[in-house]
Amino acid sequence: MSTSIEKTAPVTAPERASGSRPAGRAERFADSGGVLNVFSHGFLALWAVLIVFPLLWVVLGSFKTDAQINGSAWSWPSHWSFKAFGSAWTKGHIGGFFANTLIVLAGSLTLTMLLGAMAAYVLARYEFKGNRLIYFFFVAGAMFPVYLALVPLFFMVRNLGEISPLLGLNSYLGLILVYVAYSLPFTVFFLHSFFRSLPTAVHEAAMLDGCSHTRAFFQVMVPLAKPGLISVGIFNVLGQWNQYILPVTLMQPTSAGEADHSMLAQGLVNLALQSGYKSDAPALFAGMTMAMLPVLVVYLSFQRQVQSGLTSATLK
Amino acid sequence: MRHGKYPFIVGFLILPIVLYVGLVLWPYLQTFGYSLTDWSGQSQQMDFVGLDNYSKLLDDDVFLGALWHNVFLLAVLPIVTILIALFFAFMLNVGGRGGTGGVQGVRGAGFYKVVFFFPQVLSIAILAVLWQAVYRTDGSGLANGVLIKLGLADAQHPVAWLSDPDLVLWCILGVLVWSGVGFYLVLFSAAMQSVPRDIYEAALLDGAGRGQTFFRITLPLLWETVQTAWVYLAIVAMDAFALVASMTPGRTYGGGPDHHSELMSTYLMRNFLAFGEAGYACAMGVVIFFFTLILSVVSLRVTRRERIEY
Repeated sequence: MSTSIEKTAPVTAPERASGSRPAGRAERFADSGGVLNVFSHGFLALWAVLIVFPLLWVVLGSFKTDAQINGSAWSWPSHWSFKAFGSAWTKGHIGGFFANTLIVLAGSLTLTMLLGAMAAYVLARYEFKGNRLIYFFFVAGAMFPVYLALVPLFFMVRNLGEISPLLGLNSYLGLILVYVAYSLPFTVFFLHSFFRSLPTAVHEAAMLDGCSHTRAFFQVMVPLAKPGLISVGIFNVLGQWNQYILPVTLMQPTSAGEADHSMLAQGLVNLALQSGYKSDAPALFAGMTMAMLPVLVVYLSFQRQVQSGLTSATLK
Repeated sequence: MRHGKYPFIVGFLILPIVLYVGLVLWPYLQTFGYSLTDWSGQSQQMDFVGLDNYSKLLDDDVFLGALWHNVFLLAVLPIVTILIALFFAFMLNVGGRGGTGGVQGVRGAGFYKVVFFFPQVLSIAILAVLWQAVYRTDGSGLANGVLIKLGLADAQHPVAWLSDPDLVLWCILGVLVWSGVGFYLVLFSAAMQSVPRDIYEAALLDGAGRGQTFFRITLPLLWETVQTAWVYLAIVAMDAFALVASMTPGRTYGGGPDHHSELMSTYLMRNFLAFGEAGYACAMGVVIFFFTLILSVVSLRVTRRERIEY
């Protein structure tokens, strides 16, 4: 502790010599900084341990045996085998849930961004009757809790299933459309202000050159709006990846023997329920590890974009 | 604009509007209608019962308890999370040694941000399953394991965590804070970095200490961000469905032990999908809606301040 306080002293010394600021005060600030520095590092490190430790514990758990997991929290894996991962992937269907989630997210993200950008662009850049009203309706939707819609939504999707089996409950396309619909308010709201902030000159030049409205949008405006699209895109990836209430309500097998289209989030919770009965705790821990790893990899490679994208999206 | 404007506008707007009206606005409106009926959800049979569902809600102890639990989360979650996040953000940005002619953050700020933020990108279900394992009621859970190791708990009588009626809501709160702090830390950090450094340096020249800098400069300049964070956390506190439904004991959608962690959302889902009381569930949805509405209006009014330009 004392070392860090001592360390601050030489740093302040040249300042006193330069006389550019009231030395005594700067020094006082610096001194308290030294103590505070140790203090803050302590708290920061403690919180970092609080975050990392449970995660590591879970990873470690996937190498333990069932008896070890149910014995003591401090047991150490006796032999390192990946058996539990295989059992979670096949018997626990983690692999299938992963595929389901990827299919739905791929569809819903593409559609959300495309439809959201189209609507936001038209509402931001074109004047026509009812423009403000439509915008207002879109934005108002972001204020409402999803629980307000849950019960009728369930029946709405079920009825869609009677029109086409591709759309109903427990169908990918049905869930994709629901995800898109519920992501639109925020996407439109965010991109609306973004399109407004873009310069009009480029667009006008394109129009003078005989560009059609549609082409002007896809070839001029979308590339210009790329930073905004990335921000809101990241926001939507996380939002839809984290979604739980919608798949729980909409993705249940409607009859026995129907394919299980559960999202990863649902599947994992179900696995947790079953692992109690089947006494296969390692598979559960391995399942969790496998669900965390891809996120960790993506997050670590894009963490700067994720952080700035998310915060700028929220601050709008 | 030239010809072809209106077909273009219609062409671009039609799909988003159809989806949005069909799957979002229309169900919202329908909920209000269904909440006035005794619809079970199993058949098309329903009778208009007026406000019966709402008066029933007022007598439903489980629902009132759930409402109370939501209020508890609303009161505690934003304060705790924002305080911790603000503290850490201040540490990271201006908590470092200030000697070298300026104000700077601690070393390794980037590393801390990356680690703290990570829970935010984990799916909420992963969090639920992870914390269920941590909160196991015997010595095999991490929480009990640590307490026993530290000698704070008896190995024969470990803490019951999620099965303890008095603790269960605090356990949920703990997970929400644990996962949320990182996000708000990054949010506040971004806001702090947009505050011009000169302001801090001017304060330093005027002899302001760290505490004063924080309360007189950082906090007022960050007020709008704090307000945003407050609204977002309030929304999280109103929801919290995934955690309670999958972590706490209970027949369907958790809420146990004995409704001690029941939330409006879990009770709504149980009434809808397990009890077959769709009309009643709709009435709860309407209550949640008005609750959220009042909350956002009030919080925006109460915390309103003049915008500071810099």
